[in-house]
Amino acid sequence: MSGSPLRRTLERALVVLICAGLLAPILVVIIASFSGDGYLKFPPETFSLRWYERFLGDQRWRTAILNSVVVAAMTCVLATFLGFIAAYAMMRAGFRGKQVLAALLLTPLIVPHVVTAIAIYYISAPLGLIGFRPWVAIAHTVVALPVVLVILQSAMQTVDPNFERAAMVFGCTRFGVFRRVVLPLALPGVVSAALFAFLTSFDEVVIALFLSGIRGETLPVRIWNSLHLEVEPTIAAVSTLLIAVTVVALLIDYLVRRDRAATSGR
Amino acid sequence: MPLSRLGALLLLAPSILLLVFVFLGPIGWFLVGSFAELGSLAEIWEETRAVVGSRAVALAIANTNWIALQVTFFVLLIGYPLAYALNRARGLAFSLIIIAIVLPYFTSVIVRTYAWMVILGRNGIINQMLLGLGIVSEPLELMYNRLGVVIGMTYVLLPYMVLTLYAAMKAVDPRLLQAAEGMGASRLGVFLRVFLPLTMHGVIAGSLIVFILAIGFFVTPALMGGPSDIMIAMLIEREIELTQNWPVAAMMTVVLLVVTLVLYAIYARFTGGRTGFAR
Amino acid sequence: MQAGSAAVVLETVTKRYGADTVVDAVSVSIAQGEFFTLLGPSGSGKTTTLNMLAGFAEPDGGRVLLAGRDVTRAAPRERGLGMVFQNYAIFPHLDTFENVAFPLRVKKAPKREVETRVADALAMVKLTGFERRYARQLSGGQQQRVALARAIVAHPSVVLMDEPLGALDKNLRYHMQVEIKEIQRRLGMTVVYVTHDQEEALTMSDRIAIMNGGRIVQMGPPRDVYEAPENAFVGRFLGEANLIPARRDGLAVASEGGALLESAHGSLGAEGGFLFVRPEKVAVAPEAGTAPGGPNRIAGRVRFAGFLGNVLRYEVDTDQAGSLIADLVNGPGAVLHAAGDTVVLSWSREDCRLLPG
Repeated sequence: MSGSPLRRTLERALVVLICAGLLAPILVVIIASFSGDGYLKFPPETFSLRWYERFLGDQRWRTAILNSVVVAAMTCVLATFLGFIAAYAMMRAGFRGKQVLAALLLTPLIVPHVVTAIAIYYISAPLGLIGFRPWVAIAHTVVALPVVLVILQSAMQTVDPNFERAAMVFGCTRFGVFRRVVLPLALPGVVSAALFAFLTSFDEVVIALFLSGIRGETLPVRIWNSLHLEVEPTIAAVSTLLIAVTVVALLIDYLVRRDRAATSGR
Repeated sequence: MPLSRLGALLLLAPSILLLVFVFLGPIGWFLVGSFAELGSLAEIWEETRAVVGSRAVALAIANTNWIALQVTFFVLLIGYPLAYALNRARGLAFSLIIIAIVLPYFTSVIVRTYAWMVILGRNGIINQMLLGLGIVSEPLELMYNRLGVVIGMTYVLLPYMVLTLYAAMKAVDPRLLQAAEGMGASRLGVFLRVFLPLTMHGVIAGSLIVFILAIGFFVTPALMGGPSDIMIAMLIEREIELTQNWPVAAMMTVVLLVVTLVLYAIYARFTGGRTGFAR
Repeated sequence: MQAGSAAVVLETVTKRYGADTVVDAVSVSIAQGEFFTLLGPSGSGKTTTLNMLAGFAEPDGGRVLLAGRDVTRAAPRERGLGMVFQNYAIFPHLDTFENVAFPLRVKKAPKREVETRVADALAMVKLTGFERRYARQLSGGQQQRVALARAIVAHPSVVLMDEPLGALDKNLRYHMQVEIKEIQRRLGMTVVYVTHDQEEALTMSDRIAIMNGGRIVQMGPPRDVYEAPENAFVGRFLGEANLIPARRDGLAVASEGGALLESAHGSLGAEGGFLFVRPEKVAVAPEAGTAPGGPNRIAGRVRFAGFLGNVLRYEVDTDQAGSLIADLVNGPGAVLHAAGDTVVLSWSREDCRLLPG
């Protein structure tokens, strides 16, 4: 299945070009963040960490980092826990309306975030919940839960019901079966799910824009607010931080999966 | 070991409660509450007709559809060859292509949009290069117009298409292609008569999902669009941020929701309820 | 039923799924130290019966007693059983040692005790030295042994086995049958064994219960159920069988084709039934050399002569009783017949049996 050498070269060039186009914007942001110039210029003429100093030296940006981390961590714990028990129930229980429920649980992925954001804003404004970080985390859990469910449902396919039966015969309670068998077997999936739940919240703009107020302003919201003013290099530094978090999360996920594939062989 | 009905309910309850109280409930409450501000049903009907029939809304709907169609087209145009390459690549090449798709996919939408603003802006890379090379004498308007919106959204939505297409292509048995070649079909013939028809359901599913996500898009068009590129999601946001006009926002929300859910129902039926994307 | 002395008692145990009665009033009493097998085709209810014994399914009627204690509604962990699963169910995240130690860990047994008991159990299944291996590093037979060691490590008085040898090839299977049987004898365990393989059931069991359609259709020692089936299903299920449709003809019995039949066992009702005779009880003689007449003598033509190694199998078409099978031991002086030969089949009245239809 190989055409002429010229054709193959052209095909390869096209793929390289597309991949370069996909990665270029991210590289541009990272390089721009280390610029030493006074305004955004590419490629930078000098390099420095001044924009990182500006970013980390600013109280408001620092608060935004803290808010983002707190909200994402809460979302991560909540979504992973809810998703784990729900995925287990969906796998082991048979009841009428299961398909409908499964579809319903995925709808937050499809419904435009603007709609979700405005609807939650509509009920939370009168309750004084705007800017309350746990509430932002709960709202983020709505959109992170489907992600967790998709990952965990596929991870739990590997848990043979006979493993659970064996655990029960050999003395485990329901909870013991969870702790000693289901959780360890689904662990790579659980780690994946937790990472992506964290990322979903950490990167989310629209819902946070409506719900986080000034008090709870997260990094993406802060970027949004500054982008309306000007395209300054500080944002390149902030964006690089967000990219770094994504890279770290993807790396951990990759390592966990690889490690698991090596030890369990399943 | 099957779970009892009660056990299953107990485990599902937190998720269901979350969905009801922080998603379905608020959407319903927002719609009902907003419409109720208008008074009787007749008044609601009158007002809705006036708003949905107004020029601004008609324009936003037209914009939304047109932009979403353009974006879907470009995403398919770039995504198909990329998915094809991914499906045939092995080893290092495969890893590199996967990274090129997955890294942007999981990077915040706002960061990706910002990146394109850096590239396309008046003082952006492209304009600086063109000016520096003397190709143009003054910066091109690459952003704050339709072009910027389509470029930005194509970039953001491309991974959904590639991953959907890749799944479809991976399911094609390579022996079928060999068989077709063995029967004397040319490379183009194999592609057009065998491979493309076998992956057509991926093309449709990917296009549907990209279109669905595009019509509800907010961040990229809001930051990269010009004054005439208002999409429906932006209009909804503006009604609330600027004028606190809840009823009008609710009407447009209904329009957006109905279109989204109808298309999703088609998508779900088409893919047999499986979702090939996790984000 | 003498609940006091029996290790396992099922009393009219019934299980329904919707309108289907999967297990229908099954009653069994299994003695301490007995190797008891539930044998039946798939869908016969044997696995569901085992599941109710293990506590994975709750009966809709009847009682389950272990050593005289009513455990009908008790959770699996309260029953103190050992169990070997169909695909072994060896935990992939634990190594061999931890798999075998699992029942002891759950009970929080002291470290010393765990070590000695696991070592004993592994020695018993000849897996000493494999402690740190994971399931994927073990062969099918070794995984089988791990599962067995885990089932016996806590010295349960009753061990359940659900088609434990189903995934092994034929040679290994026979080997494991012998080993399981030896371990069972040595430990004096009560074993409840589920299988669809009749050969396995015959080799290992003290007693076999043959199930069909949710009921036990016959129960007894292997030799009894093999040689004296009470109905056509049991006769057919336990190996090859000739079942000649037969009816009463005055005081005598005749096949549908008119051959005179005679049996020392069983009788036929007015509605007729079958004459049952195992292929190895059928003698094959060249037509010329034998005198004609007498009951249980049928002439026919060899359609197929099969060589099964230790056995020669003849499929013979007869006018009077349809197609019959005869097995001859491939011993010294065995006479060979070829396809197309005309032969006479015969058997003694002691070796056959009349069964209701």
